[in-house]
This record gives sequence, structure tokens and C-alpha cells, in this order.
Amino acid sequence: MDYAVELNGITKKYGNLTAVDNLNLKIPPGSIFGFLGPNGSGKTTTIRMMCGVLTPTSGSGKVLGYDILKNPEEIKKKIGYMSQKFSLYEDLTVEENLDFYGEIYSIPPKEFKERKDIVYRMAGLSGREKTLAGNLSGGWKQRLALGCALIHKPSLLFLDEPTAGVDPVSRRIFWKVIREMTKNNITVIVSTHYMDEAQTCDLVGFIFKGKLLDFGDPNEIVKKNNAQNLEDVFIKYVEEMTGEHHGVRPLDIFFNG
Amino acid sequence: MRIRRILSIIKKEFIQIKRDKPSLGIAIMMPLMMMFLFGYAVKVEVDHVPTAVWDESQTLQSREFIRSFQNSNYFDVVTYVSNRGEMQALMDTGEVKAALHIPPDFSRNILKGEPAQTEMLVDGSDPTVARTVFSSGVLIAEHFSRNISLKTMLKRGSGTITLPVELKPRVEYNPSFKTEIFTIPGLIGLVMQNITVMLTAFSLVRERERGTIEQLIVTPIKPAELMIGKLIPYIFIALIDFTLSLSIGMFWFHVPVKGSLALLFPLALVFIIVALSIGILISTVARTQLQAMQMTMLFLLPSIILSGFIFPLDAMPEIVRLISYMIPLTYFLRIIRGIVVKGVGFDILYSDTLALAFFGLVLFTLAIVRFRKKLE
Ligand SMILES: Nc1ncnc2c1ncn2[C@@H]1O[C@H](COP(=O)(O)OP(=O)(O)O)[C@@H](O)[C@H]1O
Ligand SMILES: [Mg+2]
Repeated sequence: MDYAVELNGITKKYGNLTAVDNLNLKIPPGSIFGFLGPNGSGKTTTIRMMCGVLTPTSGSGKVLGYDILKNPEEIKKKIGYMSQKFSLYEDLTVEENLDFYGEIYSIPPKEFKERKDIVYRMAGLSGREKTLAGNLSGGWKQRLALGCALIHKPSLLFLDEPTAGVDPVSRRIFWKVIREMTKNNITVIVSTHYMDEAQTCDLVGFIFKGKLLDFGDPNEIVKKNNAQNLEDVFIKYVEEMTGEHHGVRPLDIFFNG
Repeated sequence: MRIRRILSIIKKEFIQIKRDKPSLGIAIMMPLMMMFLFGYAVKVEVDHVPTAVWDESQTLQSREFIRSFQNSNYFDVVTYVSNRGEMQALMDTGEVKAALHIPPDFSRNILKGEPAQTEMLVDGSDPTVARTVFSSGVLIAEHFSRNISLKTMLKRGSGTITLPVELKPRVEYNPSFKTEIFTIPGLIGLVMQNITVMLTAFSLVRERERGTIEQLIVTPIKPAELMIGKLIPYIFIALIDFTLSLSIGMFWFHVPVKGSLALLFPLALVFIIVALSIGILISTVARTQLQAMQMTMLFLLPSIILSGFIFPLDAMPEIVRLISYMIPLTYFLRIIRGIVVKGVGFDILYSDTLALAFFGLVLFTLAIVRFRKKLE
């Protein structure tokens, strides 16, 4: 397995809309890949195809060495996925959610207790075990989702905008966990809006209107474009794509598509 | 297939059911309400039929004749009229459902030992009621005349009492023709079907609506594990519902179970699994709870008419009957009526049970095959 993820010309169409357009991507194992792009650019769609829960219209790909079309169930055993929208059970407590997913992933009972302790600590969930997930605030919900995604020691972790709209403490926890993962050679794919976060990734990819505009080491991308930082680079790309030039607050345009 | 995964789904479902008090309340209350409501609705009252009497004879014998009608409990003499026009008017307005006419020569003929003609009018708007009223009237009249001929013969003192050839009908299973004996078991089957299909139809669609399905399908769980885990908790609820419905039938509507309860429950369980499988199948197609509701209705409505709940299968045209055989409720109605009304055993009901088991297997397999661990 040369790459943790390898996508070849992956395309997803919804009727006339091409959500993901002929995307190629190679992510080496053990790296943090920051997936960047404004709302509606196709990040979630791409991540779902990599997880094997969405069938691409065309193209092929491999995740952890398994074909995403032929072997999605093998992939599912080894990945952790945190969706953009909270999708755990709000009427279950923190602990019940973790227990449930622990059992679904068939973690041996002996290991499970230890695993749970680690996850509670990593995701900073201690003290909230008996709280209903629905009663948690946004940041805590995200931490629980992270905990459930980690419970079975995945080799590849997908985080779809984990830090969107969460408190600074939770945000710090997320990045601490992400860096800890790579120490154990776990690959992390994280989509985000925040350019300061992206700057610290090993690799970034910028997607806009379903097309991957650039891919590589964030520092090299900045240097190559003679820019100050990633933010400037991506504003430039969007303007090139849309043929527009906005003198004011580039960030607003970037995020509002 | 891993038992532990199935158990974890079962546990999760039970916790969710327990915490969702309104839904649990509905699941338990709905069969009770349906049983009471429909129980009275399907009970065709053929006793105490309001009756008008036009007695032109006005004699001891005629009054005795009227009394025998009154005493039968089938008829309530509510009014006396003095001509055919009045009688007709009362029938037209629906104030009376039957009218009895005794001609002037009634007593005279009886005393002479000649046939005495009487006349009975029955409102035929509802054929079921009319048929029962009609046959009750005939029975009462026959009984009355037999008594008379007996008395006269005894009075004459002739040694031999010879009655004309007599056909004495004996009705099996439900000798008093109580309609509820037939309708209540059917109702229990129908109520069970309606509740059970909805239970599972909603359970999977809810996961889709709330988005929790996304986290679930990204795990290695197998469709069969998920489906079995989802089915089992609702089997328990459905069994509670069945026990409640049956109790109402037995103790409130006084419909005794002639056969074995120990046979009825396992066979009801088979039907419950079939109905739950239909629900799960619906939930693999429906995207929203509203759609699930509509599909459930689409399935339930024909089953009310075609399962033999209202109209007997024997009376249906061949093609319609073929459709009836595609409806699982048809078989369960035969089973529950067989056990409750006739008290028959498994030796009679095994083919219906096999049919149900077959439906269950096919529908459940179909649901598993149809369920995709994919988003759209
Ligand atoms: N199920 C769907 N049906 C139709 N269009 C969709 C669906 N999912 C996503 N899209 C569209 O595909 C595009 C990409 O969406 P998405 O991958 O969610 O973007 P991002 O995650 O980058 O915000 C958007 O225009 C979105 O409206
Ligand atoms: Mg998204």
C-alpha cells in the first residue's frame, strides 16, 4: 500500500450538477491532509465516496489498499468517520453512544474499557458520561463524535469540518488529537474552513466547484504563488476560476462562494 | 453475522423506545383504542330491532303471538299502527326496521286448525341485518305454531302426536349467531397488522430523517444484523399489543377463545414477524416518515377489504381472491378465527402457518437485500 488514499478521476453527478469533477488525489499514510474549499465545493461528497457510503458516477479509487467500489465493507472496518452534521443518537447518553459503537466495531470486551478511558481522555469527555448527547453543546457534541470515530483505533480518520463553529477549547482538543494520531502512523483527512488550521497540515488540497485546483505541501504552495499565506493563495485561485476580482475582504467572498 | 452486533442494536432500540414515551404510549394505546372503537363499530346489532305491529285480529291469540316476538329479544315492539300506510311510513323514515302484520282472520284460522297467514316486512337496506331479522321472525313464528298444534292435538285427545317432517338446523361454532364472535377475532388480526407494520416502518426511516443512518452505514455492520436487531424489540411490543387486544376481545366483548392459547400465541408471533418485515421493507423504500405512513396506508387499505375481514373470501370473484391470497392477513384471520371460534388445532392450521412463514421469510430477505449501506 503506497498510499492511504488514491483517487483516480472520481466524479459524482447529481442530475445536471457535477458535485465532484474528475478528482485525482494521492495521500501517503501517516499524513494529515487538509481538505479546503468553500461551502458546496464538494468536500463532503468526496469524503463520503472515500468512505464507501456514496457510489461515484465514474472513476475509481483505493482506500487503505481496498477498492472503494468493490470492497467498501473492508474499508469500513478500518476507518473512523466524523460527519459534518452530528449523526449520533441524541436520545442516548455519551457513554451509551460510545458503548454502542464499540460493540458495532466488535472491540473485544477486555480491550474496550481501556479503549473507552483513552477516548474519554483524548476527546475530553470525562464528566459527561451520563449526559444525553442531545443535551450537549455544539463543541461537546463534536468531541463525542470524535470519540465515537476513534473508539475502534482506525488506521484512517475522516473528519468533515470538525471545528466549524466550535469553541476554542474543543478546537484545540481536535488538533491535539489529530497530531497524536499521526504519531501512530494514522492518516487523518480533515476538511476545514480555517486557513490557520490548514497551514499546519502536511498536505492540503483546494477544491472549488468539484475541481481540485491545487494539492501539496502548504508552505510550498504559498511560496510558489509568492503569497503571504494560504488564504491569499486560495483567494487568487477563486478569482482565476470565477474571473472576478474583489478588492474588499477576500475572506468573505471566499467563504460565501 | 455477529450476535454481539445484533444485541447492541437491540439494546440501543430498547433504550430509545423507553425514552420516547409518546411513541411508546401510542404503540400501547393505539391497539386499545382501535379495539374499543372498531369493536363497537363492527358489532352488528341484530337484537332489539325496532318493530311496528299492525294487529287487525286483536284477539288473545294475536296478542300471544306478538308477545312471543317481544320475548325473543330480537324484536322490540315500539309502536302499533292501524293501517298499511302508517306501517309503510314508519319503515320509510327508518323509525322501525321491521313490521308485523296480523290479518283479521288470524284467530279464526288458528281455532279452525287452518293455516294462519301473517306478514312481516323487513328493512333490507343492510342485508346482513335483514337476513338475521328475517330468519329470527320465521323461527319465532314456527315455534309459535308448533306450540299451537301441540296444544290442539292434546286437547283433541288423539293418541298420536304427529308433527310434519321437520328440519332442525344446528349451527356449529357460533350457535347464537353472535356477530362479535366472528368480527372481534378478525379485528384483533387487523389491529395487530396496522400497529405492527407502522412500528418498524418508522424505526428505520427515523434514522434516515435524523441523519443517524450516516454514522451507522460507515461501520462494518451487516444489513442482516441491523434488520434483525431492529425487528426483535418490536416483537416484544407487538406481543404486548396482541395480549392487550386479545384481552379486550375476551373480557370486554366476551368472545371466548375456544381453542388453545398456547397455540394462538406462537402463531400470532409468526404473523407479527411477517407484519414487522413488511414495515421494514417499507422503511427501505420510504425516505420520510410521511412517505412511510402513506405507503403503510396504501398497503393496509386493500388488506381490510380483501383479507376476508369484512367480506368472505368465498364470495369474491376468482381474480380478487387471488389477490387475497397475496395478503398475509388473510392467513392470519383464518388462524385466529379458527382457534378462537372453532377451537381447531395445528393439524388444521399448518398450511396457513406455512404460508405466513413463507411470507415472512421472503419479505424479510427482500428487506435485507433492498437495504443499501449507501447514501444518495
Ligand atoms: N444528495 C445530494 N443531492 C443533490 N445535490 C447534492 C447532494 N449532496 C450534495 N449536493 C450538492 O453537491 C455540491 C457539493 O456538496 P458538498 O460535497 O456537500 O460540498 P461541501 O462539503 O464542500 O460543502 C453542492 O452543490 C451540493 O448542493
Ligand atoms: Mg461539507
